[in-house]
Amino acid sequence: MSSRREFIRISFIGAGVLAVAPGVLKAAGVITDPNKIKDLKVDLKRTPTYCEVCFWKCAGWVYKTSEGKIWKIIGNDEDQHCNGRFCPRGTGGVGMYYDEDRLRTPLIRTGERGKQVFREASWDEALNLVASKIKDISSKYGPESLALFTHGSGSAYYTNLFKALGTGNIAEPSYAQCRGPRDDAFFATFGEEAYSPEITDIRDTRCLVLIGSHIGENMHNGQVQEMSDAIDKGATIITVDPRFSTAAGKSKFWLPIKPATDIALLLAWIHEIIYNEYYDKKYVEKYCSGFDQLKTHVKDFTPEWAYGITTIKPDLIRKTAKEMGNASPAVIVHPGRHVTWYGDDTQRVRAIAILNALLGSWGRRGGLYRPAKFTVPAVPVPAYKEPVKTWQDIFPGKYPVASAPVTNVLIEASIPDNKPGFPVKGWFVNGTNLILTIPNQANTIKAIQNLDLLVVVDTMPMEITGWADVILPECTYLERYDALRASPHRRPSIALRMPAAEPLNNTKPGYWIARELAIKLGLGDYFPYEKLEDMLDWQLKKIGSSLEEMKRSGVKNFPRDADDLYFTEEEAVEFSTDSGKIELYSAFFEQSGFDPLPKYVPHEEPAEGFYRLIYGRAPMHTFSRTSNNPNLTDLMHENSVWINPRVAKAWGIKQDQYIWLKNQDNVVSDFPVKVRVTERIRWDSVYMVHGFGHAQKQMKRCFGKGASDTQLITKVLTDPIMGGTGMRGNFVTFITEKTGTEVAS
Amino acid sequence: MKEELIVSGRMNHMVDPNLNIWHWQIPLYLFLGGMAAGILCIAALYYIRGRENDYRTAVRITPFLAPVLLVLGLVALFIDLRHKLYFWHLYTTIRLQSPMSWGAWTLLVITPVSFIWCALHIRDLFPNWDWKYRWLKVLEEFFNKYKKALAWVMLIFGIILGIYTGILLSAFNARPLWNTSILGPLFLASGLSAGAAATLILSKNKEERKQFAIIDLVIIGIELFLIVHMFMGFLASTQVQIDAAKMFLGGSYTMAFWIFVVILGMLIPAMLEIMELGKFHIPAILPAILVIFGSFMLRFVIVYAGQMSRWLY
Amino acid sequence: MRYAMAVDTKKCVGCSDCVVACQTENNVPIGFCRDWVVETTDGTYPQLEMELRSERCNHCVNAPCVRCCPTGASHYAEGGIVLVAHDKCIGCGACIASCPYDARYAHPKGYVDKCTFCEHRIKVGMSPACVAVCPTKCIYFGDLDDANSNVSVVLKKRKHKTLIPEAGTNPQLYFLI
Repeated sequence: MSSRREFIRISFIGAGVLAVAPGVLKAAGVITDPNKIKDLKVDLKRTPTYCEVCFWKCAGWVYKTSEGKIWKIIGNDEDQHCNGRFCPRGTGGVGMYYDEDRLRTPLIRTGERGKQVFREASWDEALNLVASKIKDISSKYGPESLALFTHGSGSAYYTNLFKALGTGNIAEPSYAQCRGPRDDAFFATFGEEAYSPEITDIRDTRCLVLIGSHIGENMHNGQVQEMSDAIDKGATIITVDPRFSTAAGKSKFWLPIKPATDIALLLAWIHEIIYNEYYDKKYVEKYCSGFDQLKTHVKDFTPEWAYGITTIKPDLIRKTAKEMGNASPAVIVHPGRHVTWYGDDTQRVRAIAILNALLGSWGRRGGLYRPAKFTVPAVPVPAYKEPVKTWQDIFPGKYPVASAPVTNVLIEASIPDNKPGFPVKGWFVNGTNLILTIPNQANTIKAIQNLDLLVVVDTMPMEITGWADVILPECTYLERYDALRASPHRRPSIALRMPAAEPLNNTKPGYWIARELAIKLGLGDYFPYEKLEDMLDWQLKKIGSSLEEMKRSGVKNFPRDADDLYFTEEEAVEFSTDSGKIELYSAFFEQSGFDPLPKYVPHEEPAEGFYRLIYGRAPMHTFSRTSNNPNLTDLMHENSVWINPRVAKAWGIKQDQYIWLKNQDNVVSDFPVKVRVTERIRWDSVYMVHGFGHAQKQMKRCFGKGASDTQLITKVLTDPIMGGTGMRGNFVTFITEKTGTEVAS
Repeated sequence: MKEELIVSGRMNHMVDPNLNIWHWQIPLYLFLGGMAAGILCIAALYYIRGRENDYRTAVRITPFLAPVLLVLGLVALFIDLRHKLYFWHLYTTIRLQSPMSWGAWTLLVITPVSFIWCALHIRDLFPNWDWKYRWLKVLEEFFNKYKKALAWVMLIFGIILGIYTGILLSAFNARPLWNTSILGPLFLASGLSAGAAATLILSKNKEERKQFAIIDLVIIGIELFLIVHMFMGFLASTQVQIDAAKMFLGGSYTMAFWIFVVILGMLIPAMLEIMELGKFHIPAILPAILVIFGSFMLRFVIVYAGQMSRWLY
Repeated sequence: MRYAMAVDTKKCVGCSDCVVACQTENNVPIGFCRDWVVETTDGTYPQLEMELRSERCNHCVNAPCVRCCPTGASHYAEGGIVLVAHDKCIGCGACIASCPYDARYAHPKGYVDKCTFCEHRIKVGMSPACVAVCPTKCIYFGDLDDANSNVSVVLKKRKHKTLIPEAGTNPQLYFLI
């Protein structure tokens, strides 16, 4: 891959630098040091961990009762990700441990694929089977015929294994199904991605612009906390959303935009900010290239022009542009996270990146800060086999700009009819429920039917396990060690995860699974440490700490290498782009045949009687991961379909009624979904929370509850730039009574 | 449009979506206790006024039902408790602000009193009854000597028993349907009515039956008056009480209330008793049974409907 | 000493962290909750307003639940906190019926249960579990009789309301609006 993907300007700490000693914080009257607590009946044994319920990876403490049972999970005060406060999913993580529907023991398929007939097996037998099949595929088709789909802490181990096998087909759905267009748009503009956690300096911002981000319903812990701080400080929030989101409810300006027209609004804002000279002139002159081309490009994109497309009134567009300009540079046009909507998403986020650049927010206080990441000493392993073929050889020429392997390309490669450059015959799936993650379920299933091997590592019997040849049950994060967390943030930091309990039943930690499999494949050298905690101790001792110390503190924060959280006035910043500057005009995209500046392209609108299917998050769930969690299903056990009252009245549909949804391709939802008649949604759309409508009977709490939006997302709007799968081009109509046979409308 | 919902999925068993904490045990007790109260009050009243011999059934025979009703009622109450082994805590304290505490102590007094009253008249049922033990005979003598005081105790505690259940419900301002001070007198009247109906069934004396038919008639009149006033009060009150009243004026309990409680339980027996007094021969047992049925249904409907009325969500 | 709690509706996002934290801290059985979150929306698209509130027992000064309890199990504790003594509760359910906020529930073990303002935590200087966990820090708790406590300060600074004040219970859970 090209070197422009390297991060620059990330401080790193070498060995020997003193860490900040963890102390006892008394913030807002909260004492969390057990030594200070008297009279509490429980024995406050606590072990440190970092959460696995979502990607934010907040560090915290697992408290246990005097009988040693897991009691509750509390945030670590020292942790920058959570500041001592876990979100509802993290707090409810105990439910993941106690869920009685968890996978218990390895399973090997005996019936037809998808019929879910399995038999229990020992670890030895299961792993031997996996190893032998991997060897078969590797020798018959080459190691490039193996693909790893992964998400979460286990990624590190399986990535290590698959690289050792000689394949580079390691794909995270969070790229092409979620943040991919955003990261590539930011790469093209700033030479850096937007990171996880995002580098948004919300707590010091004066103006937060949310376009396609629903903070408050998406529970990105740090961002929700900082938005609250921003509200306290009187910051302006501007929300652009066809739905009256929670964030919209706290916004000074809510722009109820017509779906799929965001680029027009962004271009009009750019127009206003340039032609009214609201932009940060010094910053643009010093750091940006392509300004003149941009100015010419947006000449005709006036608020009046945008009004006709977006239905947002021109004076509101002007007012909000001015508000952003006034706040500059302490303004954030939020990059968003799940941005795979309409297929032109990379270009839309390019517009967002350009806006940020014009307002001078990149590298400024209250804008987008420069993250620092701790580099954990790597354990020496033999060199990896260089892959003979990469995923880009599957459909040569497609998605040349993509910065990471594209899941859907690997999936397409498994279908012979697609005539891939090479077939992908073996999938290893870790911690991601592909059936509910990848749109166009029928296509995914078709791909699976052509596989020689499907191995799934999971904690719960999710839909993807139903198609597996071998199911390997992992224990939850509360029962295992994992690699040190070293996520980027304002200061470099590391966090320890250690088990609070022994793995239940016959489940095993991801590291053990990967290592055992590696040994059976003759690749044991890539996992030199039998016990992960020994590796952690080695790493920690190398940086002047130890496993014992980390067990006591949980988190270690380090000072930055230099005081460079933000740009200083005199700093001559070099960006990791071809020109070394922020590229408002992307010659890089132009070279690959894509528009160097974003353009508005109209998208398909719903037919009569159909409504655009919009989906999102609820703060108490992380999609499949928490669907069956007893504590979290207690809060929300099903999703509902939000319907505007005018629409409900026209259809005669009532609040709390259960209806089925049918999409434009005549796919009907398996299960009926509860109706919520609410003014919060436009009359041309309906809204549902993603992650419900599970069809797995083994999960007793979530089976049949709510409807699956994934099932109804059959039309995929693929982004030609990087392969992102746009999912908001599907439309649904309502079926109030399900008959045996469906009459095509 | 105003939309209000609980987004954290509160669904506490027996509280959501509607209060459902009291089931058949409570209306059953309210009815049994009310009827027993009515029986004992009437018995005590006529004894104190020296009309024992005019209304022998009322004073001497009907009270035999009371201990049975009270014991069954107490059993129902006990079954309803969710923390049964701790029930004795009721008797470690008297809480003057809690009608339930009054009720507990009242029951503690009036149940033995009703047994004693019956014991004093045991020979009306079993002419050859012999107490056998000397201490029992001593007790019998003692209570016969102070029978009037006993009757006063029975009257006062009987009234408390009959009225406190209504006061108990009316003290719950959280349930707008119950929050009317008319409920106390209404329950007392209903209890007296049921008690009078019991004598109407048991008495073989025509004069007594006629008198009690008139008593029933008068009490039914009072009950109807109270019910009308109750609705007038609701409809002139706050929104939550208007909504509560609507449950009986077109809402889900309309049929149950007007048909079972008012028509079958009050209007038809009243008509029958007027006809009886107007020299049409009606089997006395018919209006009496209807009155008792109506008294029971009144408790049932009020307890269940009241739990559906609430302030929030 | 008068304990009170204030919830800033402008910052609450309805995440329900307070509900889960209370559940784990106090071993509230699955299926029950001591606190809950309410969302109200007013208006017609797109002229809309939304309010989010984290609610629980209001620990009223004039608590109907304390008044109606026949055994004294429901009682006022230090600071005006309303508590239920489990070993005095007979499970009659009167207090559940008497609460206009429907804040109580019948615990499967037989006694009646509800929010305790985490009395076991505040007596050792910690804040209630919901206050400690809230990611938006929108819940304030403290002594109203202390003019410098954060709850006193915030109630002086901000407009606030209580729920159904006309019920006459004098609730001590305030909502900053």
